[in-house]
Amino acid sequence: MEYEVVIGIETHVQLKTQSKMWCGCANAFGAEPNTQVCPVCLGLPGVLPVANEEALRLTTLTGLLLNCTIARYAKFDRKNYFYPDAPKNYQITQYDKPSTFKGFLDFEFQGGIARVNITRAHLEEDVGKNFHFDRSSGVDFNRAGVPLLEIVSEPEITSADMAHEYLNALKEVLTYGGISDCDMEKGMVRCDVNVSVRPKGQTALGAKIEIKNMNSFSGARRALEYEIPRQIEVVSKGGKLSQETRRWNDEAGITETMRSKEQAHDYRYFPEPDLMPFAPDDDWIASVQRRVVELPLARKQRFMRDFDLPAADAQAFVWDVPLGNYFERAAQQTKSPKTVANWVINNLRARLTETQTTLENLKFPPESLVDLTGLIESGKISTKIAQDVFIEMFNSGEPPSAIVEKSGLSQVSDVDALGKFCDEAIASNPKSVGDYRAGKVAALNALKGQVMKLTKGKANPNLVGEILENKLKN
Amino acid sequence: MSTLNQLTISALSTRLNHREVSAREAMTSCLDRIHQVDGDVHAFLSIDEADALAQADAADHAIANGEGPQRPLLGVPIAIKDVLAVRNQPLGCASKILAGYRSPFDATVIEKIKAAGAIVFGRLNMDEFAMGSSTENSAFVTTRNPWDLSRIPGGSSGGSAAAVAADECFASLGSDTGGSIRQPAALCGCVGLKPTYGRVSRYGLVAFASSLDQIGPFTKDVHDSALLLNILSGLDPRDSTSVPEPVPDYTKALDGNIKGLKIGLPKEYMIGGLDPEVKSAVRTAVDQLQKLGAEVVEISLPHTDYAAATYYIIAPAEASANLARFDGIRYGTRVDASDPLELYSRTRGAGFGPEVKRRIILGTYVLSSGYYDAFYLRAQKVRTLIREDFLKAFKTVDAIVTPTTPTAAFKVGEKSDDPLQMYLSDIFTISCNLAGICGLSLPCGFTKDPQLPIGLQLLGKPFGEETILKLAHAYEQANPWHHQKPLLR
Amino acid sequence: MAAVEIDVKYVAHLARVTLTSEESQRLGAQLGNILGFIEKLNEVDVSQVEPTAHAVPLVNVTRPDEIRPSLPQGDALRNAPAKANGLFMVPKIVE
Repeated sequence: MEYEVVIGIETHVQLKTQSKMWCGCANAFGAEPNTQVCPVCLGLPGVLPVANEEALRLTTLTGLLLNCTIARYAKFDRKNYFYPDAPKNYQITQYDKPSTFKGFLDFEFQGGIARVNITRAHLEEDVGKNFHFDRSSGVDFNRAGVPLLEIVSEPEITSADMAHEYLNALKEVLTYGGISDCDMEKGMVRCDVNVSVRPKGQTALGAKIEIKNMNSFSGARRALEYEIPRQIEVVSKGGKLSQETRRWNDEAGITETMRSKEQAHDYRYFPEPDLMPFAPDDDWIASVQRRVVELPLARKQRFMRDFDLPAADAQAFVWDVPLGNYFERAAQQTKSPKTVANWVINNLRARLTETQTTLENLKFPPESLVDLTGLIESGKISTKIAQDVFIEMFNSGEPPSAIVEKSGLSQVSDVDALGKFCDEAIASNPKSVGDYRAGKVAALNALKGQVMKLTKGKANPNLVGEILENKLKN
Repeated sequence: MSTLNQLTISALSTRLNHREVSAREAMTSCLDRIHQVDGDVHAFLSIDEADALAQADAADHAIANGEGPQRPLLGVPIAIKDVLAVRNQPLGCASKILAGYRSPFDATVIEKIKAAGAIVFGRLNMDEFAMGSSTENSAFVTTRNPWDLSRIPGGSSGGSAAAVAADECFASLGSDTGGSIRQPAALCGCVGLKPTYGRVSRYGLVAFASSLDQIGPFTKDVHDSALLLNILSGLDPRDSTSVPEPVPDYTKALDGNIKGLKIGLPKEYMIGGLDPEVKSAVRTAVDQLQKLGAEVVEISLPHTDYAAATYYIIAPAEASANLARFDGIRYGTRVDASDPLELYSRTRGAGFGPEVKRRIILGTYVLSSGYYDAFYLRAQKVRTLIREDFLKAFKTVDAIVTPTTPTAAFKVGEKSDDPLQMYLSDIFTISCNLAGICGLSLPCGFTKDPQLPIGLQLLGKPFGEETILKLAHAYEQANPWHHQKPLLR
Repeated sequence: MAAVEIDVKYVAHLARVTLTSEESQRLGAQLGNILGFIEKLNEVDVSQVEPTAHAVPLVNVTRPDEIRPSLPQGDALRNAPAKANGLFMVPKIVE
């Protein structure tokens, strides 16, 4: 029997704010333990939360980027459970009235475009971090209260690879929108995966098994690559799976039972009485709308279409947004965007890396790059000279034509002037002349090289070839 | 002739500013009184006397600098219920679970009264975590009613009421979730005000039921109540539920002119369980108000009978979450165990008293899977109806008058074995919190034998404190019950 | 007033409160009474009524995203029953 897989993913993402969700402690990674805490995020007796407006903005922005409906009435709720890293022993989250819901994410998958629907994206708070020792554990609350966005997908993902691509695409959208830095190393993104299998054609879902708290996308993929065959094996042998929560053991490469359905939590959600509902008006939503950016996939497709770029070049401009923006400004002024793209990717990007500078500090405008390619195309300078001009342009910011002028780098295209250099080369290389005349056509290159040397590389090589041929024919 | 500690805030302030007495003398008069009577009354859980006197000396210095006129509480000793955070002082909620805990910050109201010059001293007894109506649920001691030491002072802010009634301080702060200011004020014979929800910041108040809790003053007369409300009120950026409503000078409303004000007398409050002496005192008070120029009409608040049931779902539910943080990890008592789950359960099992456990279990139950809709959601809907009853009534009346409690103070131990009976002693005060409106209790007479205070409750519109203070003040001027003092030796 | 059965042991576990068996029994009976009293609410027709979560109808209360000073580590840990190396110490957490 053939089986199909149904996967839904809950992704938790730390929002890029200055301060925490409910208090003014810094939202920053890597401080000494319990130094970014205050009475509010430690849950001391008597404190109250106040919502960070930027976190609400970033939540709405995520909703807009994921094509979600933006709730005109959202509220916060308490989710009750005891755990040492939860300072209040309840988490403030959005239960039945999330800020955004019902959207979708498109991404490239297996040569086409896949779509996964988004159930909801809601705002909540992160918990502290536990450290484990031999006989005890210790808790650092620096992370407690960091704004956390939970993005829930519909169960529409059908393979481990698709899950992986969905996560990558989601991360790209979030970093693109300035919503999160999504630094996996710093634990800014974690995900829970719900996976079930069923015989192909069956409509009812199989037993839902949740794999909790994976902190890398490759880990999620490996967990699924383990879990899917495991489930299929159980079911195909006539076994029965029951709803449970499992954990991914990365070292062992297996998933293990964490708790069964019977041990499932009873979270006792109820409206958070300390926080008022959030009912954004048109102006507020419009102010967030202004922060909407073009999504990676749309950008890639546009670059390929409008500038006739190959996928690899377009992708480079998706990954490096400022570079892509720079290219775009240049590309709009040229008839050969592909050439400009080559210069941006091969020369500009390399030079920026070498010199550890950013585009913000770049001394020349995109027009200069367009001019440079123009000089090459019109035959004014050779590609080789252009490299030198580029370096000079990069260092001084002067326009390329001025550099060419100033340094006399202009390619010599004057037939009379070049004729003299050709005569000189012929006179001083009798062997090459003899070889050429004896039929060794390649000997012409040696003479050409001589002329280039005499002109310090400024000669137009094609013209030199023609002149030499003419002279040697006689 | 009154002794110094018997003065109202305004009388004391006048003397302080005229340099007739010093803040140190005022503070000392309270401490002397405490030494004299608190062994019987047990209003205080602890007092840092050295700190209180140091604050008094600082106040005297400020008075000498001429700061008096700008700081209305300069040199006035005010005692604090053990549920409000005062920087570097114990914060225990009369519970064993917070043993040894000191707050690293001031509640907003404490910041405000400190800025106004008050000497903030003492931790006043209460029912553990403000759950109760008698202070019998304090983990440490039962406060006694200064009018009859065999009786309870009311609760949960029993220490706050008893301390003011016994003149151990000039005023005190308490909190009111279902009557915890008005009920003890009534039973001890002082003025207790529960402001409109959102009028006073809750930041620094250890939460019992967040959607019901408000902080308010206990004072010796209505003018002091208005004076303190001026200082306590206002928007606080640290409390999302505080309301950006302008703060008037409430003392300006106390002009004695209540002519034309319309007062509603809800028929549902004059019920069977009402003590005849209480009933007649309230009737007489209503007549007095009428004589003073107010118009009295009978009104109906049809959902009154459901208030207690609604309250005993919503308040425990919120409490079950609010008290989850007392887990022995970051502060307070810990009972060690081999794993965290066991540590929580043992710590909380040993740290909380019976009433707190009862409410946590009840609150957890009504929120648990399968019961939420039947209990919590239904209660929230009935809450809507209760609030609508009041808002509808306030379309025709300016204030509502009721007894504060069905009876005068009961005996220690009389109801402590029957939680439901205890819950029903708050029956007249609970609706006010559910509706989020303001309410005030002031003395309106005494029972005969024994002589125990009776309280009159005035309920006002949301942010209608001026009206109820005005009515209370006019009544008090005509009926100075508050000049009578308990016969404590 | 009909007494209502309540699984005190299960609820006490949810609430993380150890109860002695005597406490459990007493609580069971008391809570049964209280819940019986609360059943009174079933008399009210609430089919057309919106729930009230807040007594004051406010919306959109937020704070600007600004950093404010945190507590020094010593103050953060001052009240901790057990602490070491800047951490709040607890018995070993086994998931």
